[in-house]
Amino acid sequence: MRIGAASDRSLLVSFGDEISPQATRAVWRMTAALAGARGIVNLHPAFASVLVEFDPRFHSHHEIESLIRDRIEEAPEDEPAASRLVEIPVHYGGARGPDLEDVARYHSLPPRRVIELHSSVEYEVAFVGFATCFPYLAGLPAELATPRLAAPRKHVAAGSVAIASSQAGIYPLASPGGWRIIGRTPLRLFDPAGEPPPLVRMGDRVRFVPIGEGGR
Amino acid sequence: MNQIRVLEPGAQTSVQDLGRFGWAHFGVSASGAADPLALRAGNLLVGNAENAAALEMTLVGGAFEFENDAVVALTGSDFGADLPLWAPMEVKAGGIVRCGATRSGARCYLCVRGGLAVPRAMGSASTHLATGVGGRALRAGDRLAIGEAAVRRPRAPAGPPPFSRNAALRVTRGPQAEWFGDELYRGAWTVAEESNRIGLRLRGEPIPSPAGHMLTEGVALGAVQVPPDGQPIVLFVEHQTTGGYPKPANVVSADFWRLGQLRPRDRTAFESVTIEQALALLRETEEWLYAL
Repeated sequence: MRIGAASDRSLLVSFGDEISPQATRAVWRMTAALAGARGIVNLHPAFASVLVEFDPRFHSHHEIESLIRDRIEEAPEDEPAASRLVEIPVHYGGARGPDLEDVARYHSLPPRRVIELHSSVEYEVAFVGFATCFPYLAGLPAELATPRLAAPRKHVAAGSVAIASSQAGIYPLASPGGWRIIGRTPLRLFDPAGEPPPLVRMGDRVRFVPIGEGGR
Repeated sequence: MNQIRVLEPGAQTSVQDLGRFGWAHFGVSASGAADPLALRAGNLLVGNAENAAALEMTLVGGAFEFENDAVVALTGSDFGADLPLWAPMEVKAGGIVRCGATRSGARCYLCVRGGLAVPRAMGSASTHLATGVGGRALRAGDRLAIGEAAVRRPRAPAGPPPFSRNAALRVTRGPQAEWFGDELYRGAWTVAEESNRIGLRLRGEPIPSPAGHMLTEGVALGAVQVPPDGQPIVLFVEHQTTGGYPKPANVVSADFWRLGQLRPRDRTAFESVTIEQALALLRETEEWLYAL
């Protein structure tokens, strides 16, 4: 574990430079250990690090670093208790998944096989971040690893189910984006008028279920 | 109910407080006032809690009609209103506060004694314009209720803060500082038109792309990130919570308000300071504020 100042009001706690199950577990453990801790105003978990924000008028970097070390020492080693399975229905291909054909061509697979592979596994939500409740999913079958688009799209629809290199994700809100869109879910991942927690949270397991003409 | 009616919304006017904290692990950044110093000062001047919700106007202000007698303060940049800045002022029932185009920086705040009583989203009244969390920019005809955030008597008129809007942005070292040379600090940078509350895009002599490869990680308010085109982006109040571009520097807390006052086409520069210096600068702004 490495701790360093990222700004005059934050520390970056890092668990290495690689995406790994160990780093993911360390991030979950750290986030759970620091959630609600006095003096901490925001936690930004990612693949192998957690950015910890505090109010520098009330706490020094040194104090927060001590808090982090104490909390992680006291944190239970075991898995977070609530690992839920969330099923995400997906319309694959067509206007809702404009990159499905390209992804299939890139891997010399029929589109149906891409859908089978994508919906055949259980993913883990490594973390939720970027722009509002975007779940970063680990566990994409290696056969589907596909580079990002050369130029990002200006508009990606809310609910778009996407892949990029070895990651999978879902766009909770309409936004620009450079991931390959292979389908769309009618589920609402995030409601701006509602309260988090969002539908899909850090530590959840996710399975995609094909629906409509692209599915069964 | 005691209300304000929006006659003209201005270019982009929204309700802001000091932001929405504790939701970054769901990807929701704090939002809040782009110039927090002006918002806090305005609230203190009218006798509110400093986090009370007020109106943030951008580049071109609006016109607002008050149903009942009210006490208001305009802070931040001079938007040409018929009221002095940085002073609590009475507005009579039926009175109109009318602002126009800016004569100085990017943002002007209209704080009202009692604060604005708008529904809170995730514990904050601030509008996150990019996602719609907390509402949207104001439109003509909108009505805003005045709340009960007054906690003491209005203060004496103040002068503007004794800090220059145009000084260089002070920064501490970012997480990838060792990947960069001193290019960030060499020249002047121009604020690009497409800058907004998500990020300030700067244009200048491109910074060479560093060789390192990094994982997406958490990003802090004021982070200076350098994408492959070498043109820095300063992450602002509605920033994404995680990002994969390297960050040579981070704007100090004491200068966040300056970011909120930078206009498109303004020129700026960066000056490196230590964390200790950054905290000393923050103490200076806090001392000015609490002397009001």
